[in-house]
Amino acid sequence: MKANPRDVRTGTYYMDGDIAAGYGALAAGCRFIGGYPITPSTEAAESFARIAPQSGAVFVQMEDELASVASIMGASWSGVKTMTITSGPGYSLMMEAIGLGAMMEAPFVILNIQRGGPSTGVPTKTGQADMMQSRWGSHGDYEVIAISPDSPQELFDFMIKAFNLAEKYRCPVMVMSDECVGHMSEKVVVPPAEEIELEPRRIYTGPKEEYLPFKPDQDLVPKMVKAGDGYNLYVSGASHDERGYPIIYQKGKNQSDSTARRLVDKIRLNADKIIELHEEKLDDAEVVVVSYGITSRVAVRGIELARKKGIKVGKLRLVTVWPFPDQRISELAAKVKAFVVPEINYGQVVYDVERCSHGEANVVLVPHGGAGVHDPEDILEAIEYAATEKKKIRKVIIRKTRLEKKVFGGGLK
Amino acid sequence: MDVHPMDDVLRMDRIPHIWCPGCGIGTAVTAFAEGLKKAEIDLQKTCIVSGIGCTGRVAGYVKLDSFHTTHGRGIAFATGIQVANPDLKVIVFSGDGDIMSIGGNHFIHAARRNVNMLVICVNNFIYAMTGGQVAPTTPHAAYATTSPFGAVEPPFNIPYIADSSGAVYVARWTVLQVRRLTDSIAEALKKPGFSVIEVISPCAMYYSRINRLGDGLDMMKFYHDNTEIRHGEDTKNLDIGFQTKIIVGKFVDRERPTYMDSYNKWLSGTVKD
Repeated sequence: MKANPRDVRTGTYYMDGDIAAGYGALAAGCRFIGGYPITPSTEAAESFARIAPQSGAVFVQMEDELASVASIMGASWSGVKTMTITSGPGYSLMMEAIGLGAMMEAPFVILNIQRGGPSTGVPTKTGQADMMQSRWGSHGDYEVIAISPDSPQELFDFMIKAFNLAEKYRCPVMVMSDECVGHMSEKVVVPPAEEIELEPRRIYTGPKEEYLPFKPDQDLVPKMVKAGDGYNLYVSGASHDERGYPIIYQKGKNQSDSTARRLVDKIRLNADKIIELHEEKLDDAEVVVVSYGITSRVAVRGIELARKKGIKVGKLRLVTVWPFPDQRISELAAKVKAFVVPEINYGQVVYDVERCSHGEANVVLVPHGGAGVHDPEDILEAIEYAATEKKKIRKVIIRKTRLEKKVFGGGLK
Repeated sequence: MDVHPMDDVLRMDRIPHIWCPGCGIGTAVTAFAEGLKKAEIDLQKTCIVSGIGCTGRVAGYVKLDSFHTTHGRGIAFATGIQVANPDLKVIVFSGDGDIMSIGGNHFIHAARRNVNMLVICVNNFIYAMTGGQVAPTTPHAAYATTSPFGAVEPPFNIPYIADSSGAVYVARWTVLQVRRLTDSIAEALKKPGFSVIEVISPCAMYYSRINRLGDGLDMMKFYHDNTEIRHGEDTKNLDIGFQTKIIVGKFVDRERPTYMDSYNKWLSGTVKD
C-alpha cells in the first residue's frame, strides 16, 4: 500500500527532527494524535497540528499523558492510525496505558524525544535514559518494539517504519529519539508518496460470526476489525481468551499461557524479522562499539580516531533496540575482545550487551550524565582500554569520562 | 427456547454476572438496555467503554462494541473513539470511584470540550470491588474501610461538577426510579454532546453493611422514602449527606456545539490548503 499523496509534503527541507517527525507521522497515514506538550518534544506535536487539518487528520491536546495514550487506543480501535508524542516525565505517566495497549493489541506509536532525568531533570537537554522504561515500564509481561533514529531524516523515515511495525505486530511501537536529534536541523528529504510503502491494517475478512478478535494468525498476531463494523467486539485490559472475554483460569492453562505469553512470543518469535542493525568495519574488528540514537553518530568519530591509531574497531548501531539483538551480540562476543557501549545514561542497554556476551568479551560502558553528548575522546579512551585489557572481567566495566577524572580524581570508584 | 427480551442487547453467554445480591448495577444495566431500545439508535454504531471496578464490568455484559479499559481512563478512551469516528455514539458506563476520582480530570475536560458521549456514573458511595474503601462521593461521616472513624472529607456533588464543566445534559436518579432512569437514558442517548446521568445505587455488600443500613432492599426502601424529584433544580443544591434526602431529576438540558462540530466549523473557516 502506498502513502496518500495528500499526506506527503514531498520536497527537500532544512528542518529540525521534531518537525520532521510530524511530517513523517502524517505521511505514514496518522489520522489522530492525542498529545500533551512536554519539552523537548513539543515541536513534533506543533508540526503535526499545523499540517494535520489539511489532510483531514486531527490533533487533540489532551488534558494529560494518561488521557493521550487512552485516547489514541480508542482511536486505534476506531480504525485509524494514531500516535502520541512525549518526553521523560510524560513517558513515565504513559506506562499504565502502554500495558493496556499491549493487552488490547491496539496498533499505535509513541514518539519519545528523550531528555535528562530523573524527575524534571534537564528538560531542555538530551538524554537516553528512558530505554529500560520502554522495555519494562508497565506492569506484567509484554514486549514492545523500540527503534532509535539518529538524524532528522531518520525521524521522518522512522515514523513510517514505526507505523508499519505497529500495524504488522499490533503492539506499542516506540520511537526512542532524544533532544539532540529532535532539535537538530539538517536536510530532510520527503520523498513522493509513491515511494512510501505503508503496511495496511490486518483486517479480518472471513465470515462475521466466526470472528474472534484475539485469535492469532500463524505469526501469533490476530486480525483486527474496527468499532462500528457490527462485530460487537469485546476488548479488555483483563487477561482474556480469543473472544476477548476475561479469564482467570482455564483448565490446563494458566492465564499467562493464554494471553501474556502470546503478547511476549509474538515479538520474540518474530524478532529476526523485526530487528535492524547497521554494521560497519566489523569484519576485522577486535572491539565493537555498540550504540544507538545520537550516540551512534558521536561514536563514529571515536572509531575514526581509534582506527587512525591502528586499533581494529567496528561499529554496531542498534536501529532496533527492542527486541534486543541477542543472537548477533552473542555471535560477535565469541569473536571479539570487547564491546564499548556509550550511552547518555549511567548504564541501561549496556547490561543487555553484557547479558548476551555471556562473559566471552569484556563490556565497557562509557556513561554520560546527559545534557549533552559524549566527547569522542572519551569513546576513544574506552576503545583503547578495551583493546589492551587482557583479562576477561566478567562484569560491565564502567569508564570514567575525562571530566569526571578531573573533578573526582581517582577517588570515585 | 424462550428468548429473553434483552437477548439482543446483553451478552447472554457471559451471564451469570458477578454482581452481589442487593447490588443496583444490574438494575442500571436493565434501564440502559431498555433505554437503548427506546432511543432507537443504531446499535452497530454505538460503543460502550468502562474503566474498572464493579460498574466497570458493564461493558463486558452489553452486546455493543465494548471496551474495558484501565482505572479512570474510560472517558479519555471514548474521546479517541469519538474523534476518530464521529459517526459513533459512545457511552462511558462506570463507577463513581472510576469516573470522579482517578478519572476526574478526564471527566471535566471531556465536559468542557463537549465531546459527544453519554456518561452513566453509578454512584454507590464507596469503592466496592476493592473492598469498601472511601470514595470521593462517600457522604461526610459515613464509614468505609479506609475511613474507619467516618469520612472526614466532603463528597463530590457530581451534577454540579458536570454542570459547571459544561455538560449539556445532567440528570440523577436512583435505581428505584427505573422507568424515569430508562427515559432519561433514552433522552440523553439522542442528545449530541456530553451528557451525564448519575445513578445512585445500593452497595449492599460494603456501603450498607459497614454503615449498618440493612440489605439492598432496605436501601431501596430508603430511596423510596427519601428521594424527591426536582427537575431543573440548581445543581449546587444537590449535595448528598449521610442518609439525608436525595434530590433527583433532570437538572440541565441545554444546547452547545459538540467538540467535532466546533472543530470542523472552526477549521473549515480558517484552514487553507
